[in-house]
Amino acid sequence: MDAVIVDKLEKKFNGFTAVDKISFSMKRGELFGLLGPNGAGKSTTIYMLTTLLKPTSGSATVNGFDIRTDSEAVRKSIGIVFQDPTVDIRLTAYDNLDIHGRLYGMSGQKRKERIKEVLDLVELGEWKDKMVRTFSGGMRRRLEIARGLLHTPEVLFLDEPTLGLDPQTRRHIWQYIEKLRKGGIAMMLTTHYLEEADYLCDRVAIIDRGRIKALDTPRSLKGIIGGNIIRIEAREPQKLAEMLKKSGFCKAPKVDGAVVSFDVKEGGKLVPKIMEAASKAGIEIENIEMRLPSLEDVFIHYTGTSIRAEKSAGGGMMMGRRAHGF
Amino acid sequence: MAFEAGKIYAVWLREVKRFTNSKARIVSSMGQPILFLVALGGGFSALIPGFNYMAFLLPGIVAMTVMFTSIFAGVSIIWDREFGFLKEMLAAPTSRETIVMGRILGGATTALLQGVLMFVLGMLFTGVAVPPLANILGILVLMTVFSCYLVAAGIAIASVVQEVETFQLLMNFLVMPLFFLSSALFPLEQMPAWLRDISSLNPVSYAIDGMRTLVIGTSHFGLLYDFGVSFGILAIAFAAATYFFNKTSI
Repeated sequence: MDAVIVDKLEKKFNGFTAVDKISFSMKRGELFGLLGPNGAGKSTTIYMLTTLLKPTSGSATVNGFDIRTDSEAVRKSIGIVFQDPTVDIRLTAYDNLDIHGRLYGMSGQKRKERIKEVLDLVELGEWKDKMVRTFSGGMRRRLEIARGLLHTPEVLFLDEPTLGLDPQTRRHIWQYIEKLRKGGIAMMLTTHYLEEADYLCDRVAIIDRGRIKALDTPRSLKGIIGGNIIRIEAREPQKLAEMLKKSGFCKAPKVDGAVVSFDVKEGGKLVPKIMEAASKAGIEIENIEMRLPSLEDVFIHYTGTSIRAEKSAGGGMMMGRRAHGF
Repeated sequence: MAFEAGKIYAVWLREVKRFTNSKARIVSSMGQPILFLVALGGGFSALIPGFNYMAFLLPGIVAMTVMFTSIFAGVSIIWDREFGFLKEMLAAPTSRETIVMGRILGGATTALLQGVLMFVLGMLFTGVAVPPLANILGILVLMTVFSCYLVAAGIAIASVVQEVETFQLLMNFLVMPLFFLSSALFPLEQMPAWLRDISSLNPVSYAIDGMRTLVIGTSHFGLLYDFGVSFGILAIAFAAATYFFNKTSI
């Protein structure tokens, strides 16, 4: 039995389709990534799977429990680390965990043991009696992870676990996530950081405008693009693109500003030839680079846009409210 | 409806811990009522010879303390939504009724503590004699019911309104009128008819009238009405709180 099975799950908000009949499944012990820009439907999907939002149609099971009919059993068996902070800053770290444990019906002895375990895991043991108000962003996120794990869930949902953290802290959080993976817990992680999905996830679903565009291991996804990506900066990019097509170097080069890019099987052999052909045709090349494809390229391949370009545009459904903060 | 004692306790514990963690707020929230009692009470007492206005005012000021703390406790769900903790509660395997119950009891506990503290301080200022034990118990019961329905009302409002900006509006257009248009400050018998009519429709008047009866013995509505109306409002407010909080989502 898979940890999560999603079948044609759909969510509409006043006619706007946030999640468009997606289907996928996540194995036990797997670290599964939902990669997409803000507003792609990642958080909405997580909210449905964690029974905080009711789907418009479709169904899903988490740990074998139906999210529509058995929400209490689903909730007991999962842990959630939300995108926005949800710890109580006017309580100590210990009290945050203690109250969580009680809300999940954990008995006294078990609760105390687990609080110590999870605090040690995220290295907050010596901070347990401090007010969370005094914690840094990274510490708060670690406390949220500890809390999500307290009641020993079978699946942990991590909604943008490193959003807004500096690169060093992000690496730190990644280490905890990797540690957890070794412990065998299944995790579903949403992110719009490509390198995060690439680095952490066993499998990644690329999600855009509520639909899953591709789903595979990061390695296989990048394999779709093929060997290398060549990126050339030139004064006359259109002319260069024409030449590349005519000479049979590539079929459909993409022109973006002064940059012409395309993917090829064996770039190493091609680069000198392109240089030569360009100089013969009188096209000045300012810069040429060749690299292995990244998930960014995969993302562009499937969605037609860069994830970074969309980052500022979307501003997800669920986040809208927060923007009015005081 | 499903209540689970351990989980109600968890929600209660959170309210109480937050309260005891902010000792400065406890002290500062006593300042305004004491000022009211001393300035208003002292001033009017001098205007009306032969009438201990301060003693008359005391139950009103105690009620004011309970009222502000209770409504604030209920409405603080708005803040929990803003700062995210509401998600933590809504995502737990805990029924909505349990959360409502825990919050009402938690809010009422903190309000009651402040109310009692205000009462004791007020007795020192006004020289009101300590009432007999039966009366003290009656006052505590009435204060508890009063506080619970105000927390419940706060929860109901916060479940519908949801926006932090409206909080101040609520305080100005709901809490202040509820206090001033009640029996808190003046004997209803001597008020102009229109003010007396409005105050008689205000449930807060009954809670204050009941407390006043049990403290200094002057009654306007009669204890039966005071308790009856208060319990009735509690039932309505509790139903409203669970109904609206059930409909709320993240």
